[in-house]
Amino acid sequence: MAEEVSQTTVVQKKEFADQPSELILDRRRVLRWIGWGWMWLFITAVFGSAARFFFPRVLFEPPTKLKVGYPSDYTIGTVSEKYMQKYRIWVVREVDRLYVIEAKCTHLGCTPFWLSSEKKFKCPCHGGGYTPEGVNIEGPPPRPLERFKVTLTEEGEILVDQAVRFRGERGEWEKPGAYISV
Amino acid sequence: MATKLIQDIIETVTNSQIWKSFFRRKHDDRNRSRMLAVIANFFMHLHPATIARHGIALKYTWCMGGTTTFLFLFLTLTGVLLMFYYRPTTLNAFNDIKELEYSVPFGMMLRNTHRWGAHLMVITVMLHMFRVFMTGAYKPPREFNWVIGVVLLVITFLLSFSGYLLTWDQLGMWAITVGTNMARATPFIGHEGPFGEQLGMTPYNDIRFAILGGSTVGANALLRAYIWHCIAFPLILTIFLAVHFWRVRKDGGISGPL
Repeated sequence: MAEEVSQTTVVQKKEFADQPSELILDRRRVLRWIGWGWMWLFITAVFGSAARFFFPRVLFEPPTKLKVGYPSDYTIGTVSEKYMQKYRIWVVREVDRLYVIEAKCTHLGCTPFWLSSEKKFKCPCHGGGYTPEGVNIEGPPPRPLERFKVTLTEEGEILVDQAVRFRGERGEWEKPGAYISV
Repeated sequence: MATKLIQDIIETVTNSQIWKSFFRRKHDDRNRSRMLAVIANFFMHLHPATIARHGIALKYTWCMGGTTTFLFLFLTLTGVLLMFYYRPTTLNAFNDIKELEYSVPFGMMLRNTHRWGAHLMVITVMLHMFRVFMTGAYKPPREFNWVIGVVLLVITFLLSFSGYLLTWDQLGMWAITVGTNMARATPFIGHEGPFGEQLGMTPYNDIRFAILGGSTVGANALLRAYIWHCIAFPLILTIFLAVHFWRVRKDGGISGPL
């Protein structure tokens, strides 16, 4: 075996004398690449599937998609607190559109109040205040309240998706899904 | 006459092959044979046969590494016993803790010593680190063992953290909620961390999701905390502990006074 090896080396040296040694693609190198390539492929597959294993496909959590009635249930120019206790959301109806605001202060996550007489959202924790649109106007909140995705079902019901958010400071409130035209 | 007979019987029995195959023979009292007795014994070989005089000076080592090891063994023992009465499901976990506290024989002592022992282990492991730092025992050739030690410190914290949720009470639930919320801000693999959003991270596919097995602290999170706490972390810790001890001896025993 040792002799064979030394012989091949000699042959190589003659044949590829003009090439740098790292460019020589001899049988040994090819087999080594195939061998180690296969090994690494296997290792990657094993660790990859082990990592994927930790992400469950089915969750037994409360659904993120909620039905909150029909657009006609909401009076124009008001902030509805109908689903506040149940889903922690406000449904806001403007003249031509309807959107859903998450009742979570962007400062530290407390639940603000809707003060209908003062026409603003007010957070009890540190005094953050927002307009009825959810824009921060006073106190420590760094950005507007977030909105959830709203769509209409085929039956005309309002469908809220809490998994998709729209942030005003990024200009996302005009994106499709951020509101429904009524 | 009778004593002679008994002595003969004892001698015959203890010199028999069967007896010798079960029990060790007493060696003569020379340094060499005493050392061999230590080296040839699995349990005793974990400790060096010889040790430098300063290595057992309490005012130098504080015995913090040894105390931490003892606490780890103690917590493993009490932990295994607690597992006999504890079921990691949202329906049973809290009630099982209550049962351990109020009706299981010695359950209250078991649970409380496990809890206080865990607190103490975090303290002793940090004091051990402090001692090693102050005596300069992290210096060459012991740098690698310092690294192993840092890994052990992190695993100790993780053990403490994962055990927190298992009581399934408000305290543990919110502690894990806050703790795992920090994982949201992990760079690249957390949905609120730097570059996370650009890489398509959401609360349903980021690192926090993988830790909790969901988007909130629920049944999956409880079961995962249990498995990590009772099996995975102790196993990983044991492996690193073995390397840690091995390195102490390979690097020339406990470091000497400066």
